[in-house]
Amino acid sequence: MIGGRRRFAAAAPALGLVPFLAFIGVFLVVPTLTVVATSFQGEDGGFTLANIRALGSEAALTALWHSLILAGSTALIGAVLGAILAWLVVSAGPTSVLRRLTLAVSGVLAQFGGVTLAFAFIATLGFSGVLTEALRSWPGVDIFGSGWLFGLPGLIVVYCYFQIPLMVLVFVPALDGLRVQWREAAVNLGASTWQYWRHVALPLLTPAFLGSMLLLFANAFAAYATAAVLVSQGNPITPLFIRAALTSEILLGQANLGFALALEMIVVVAVVMGLYALLLRRTSRWMT
Amino acid sequence: MSGAARLGRGAALALFALYFALPLLSMLDFSTRAKGDAVGRTGQAWANLFQDEDLRAAIITSLLLALFTAVAMVVLLVPTMIWVRLRVPKASRLIEFLCLLPLTIPALVIVVGIANVYSWVTYLLGDSGLTLTFAYVVLVLPYAYRSIDTALSAVDVGTLAEAARSLGAGWVRVIVSVILPNIAQGVLGAAFVSVALVLGEYVFASLLHFDTLPVEIALLGKSDAKTAVAASLASLIFASVLLIGLSFLHRHRRSPS
Repeated sequence: MIGGRRRFAAAAPALGLVPFLAFIGVFLVVPTLTVVATSFQGEDGGFTLANIRALGSEAALTALWHSLILAGSTALIGAVLGAILAWLVVSAGPTSVLRRLTLAVSGVLAQFGGVTLAFAFIATLGFSGVLTEALRSWPGVDIFGSGWLFGLPGLIVVYCYFQIPLMVLVFVPALDGLRVQWREAAVNLGASTWQYWRHVALPLLTPAFLGSMLLLFANAFAAYATAAVLVSQGNPITPLFIRAALTSEILLGQANLGFALALEMIVVVAVVMGLYALLLRRTSRWMT
Repeated sequence: MSGAARLGRGAALALFALYFALPLLSMLDFSTRAKGDAVGRTGQAWANLFQDEDLRAAIITSLLLALFTAVAMVVLLVPTMIWVRLRVPKASRLIEFLCLLPLTIPALVIVVGIANVYSWVTYLLGDSGLTLTFAYVVLVLPYAYRSIDTALSAVDVGTLAEAARSLGAGWVRVIVSVILPNIAQGVLGAAFVSVALVLGEYVFASLLHFDTLPVEIALLGKSDAKTAVAASLASLIFASVLLIGLSFLHRHRRSPS
């Protein structure tokens, strides 16, 4: 009896977490488990691997391949250009206006919605976009072409616009972690600037750089809004393929294909984020 | 720094500035262009933001959603995070994991799986766009968690609570009138980020068929590109003001120490 009461008294504080856990359970865990479970269900509710097998169809594989190209190329471009911009910003000094302005603008562009960015590029590079018309009148080049903006190449261009700022946000802390003492120590030992970067700074920054690139990859792979607004014909990438599967139930005659595609996304992002966590652990050995 | 290096830096920065400014300036130019081939400027697209009935309704829905989400996030997350620090430190890893989970599970995936949950929500609360609040609280969780966690780490929560408790304060009072004022800036930061994220959110709203601002902008884009671009630029500016205000908030917090 007394033991039971003591056990209750020990568990009672945990009751304070119930509202939060219940909320997360209903609005995050249940939907995720629903996706996993329904991926293996047929239309009659019974177990089947048909949905998973349908992921191997040519259309689904092409969409996945395009998604990987889109995420990979924009992660690479974003990481390289973002790292350069981050370095320019960090070397301007910790209290400079340039740094504060760049970080604030990056925060907006990296986090604020994809719909807006889609229209920003329609206004710039669309058929009657500002840059398109300017170049059409002089030197008479038609950069609109056959509407590349509304396909995969266009997505790559537009995605870079939020990938570069995201890279700045995640890479600036890594650059800040490079201590002045390390450079001084290297210089004292007779290292040139090139040797310092080649043998000290770059090896230290490599895990952070690769980790940031993985984060960018996951970000682009999961992005939906920009593509949904820009692309109205066809389903070039996996997120749009999911849209099609959700809105038109007759697609391939697979009622639960959308769930299997969502599962595919979970798996890809989970693998990428797992690698990211591994790299992060390596980074934190030096950078704290 | 040598002259050449400085020139290179300046050129690189100018290129970046041009790259980021061009689409934004294009939006301004595009949305104020006169109709057809006529030369000159018109503010018609911007005036539409206030005249178009659907657009106005969508703006109101989005603003209310932003408000509700920020309030619900604070009510749900702040007491939980304080409680974990004070009474259930063992659960801190679990709460952190759950809060950061939405970064790993794409929003699109949650939407796919949430249909059943939402059929219950609309059954219980009616078919209003404001029910999106629930989904949006999940969405803003990682960002809000980080902001509040940083603020909580900066104060000695245990000592504050002990002092208040020994003076006879109950737990509600400890959380609301002792600890909350000490982490107010972190909570405010979390609220700002939540508002900015909600105003731009498209995945949930469009696939669950609720008319929020981004959904309405996307729809407008098909018939009236100029107004859509004007609305996009307006919401981008609004979010910028919020988030840049937030960065100043952080600066002020750091300056006294």
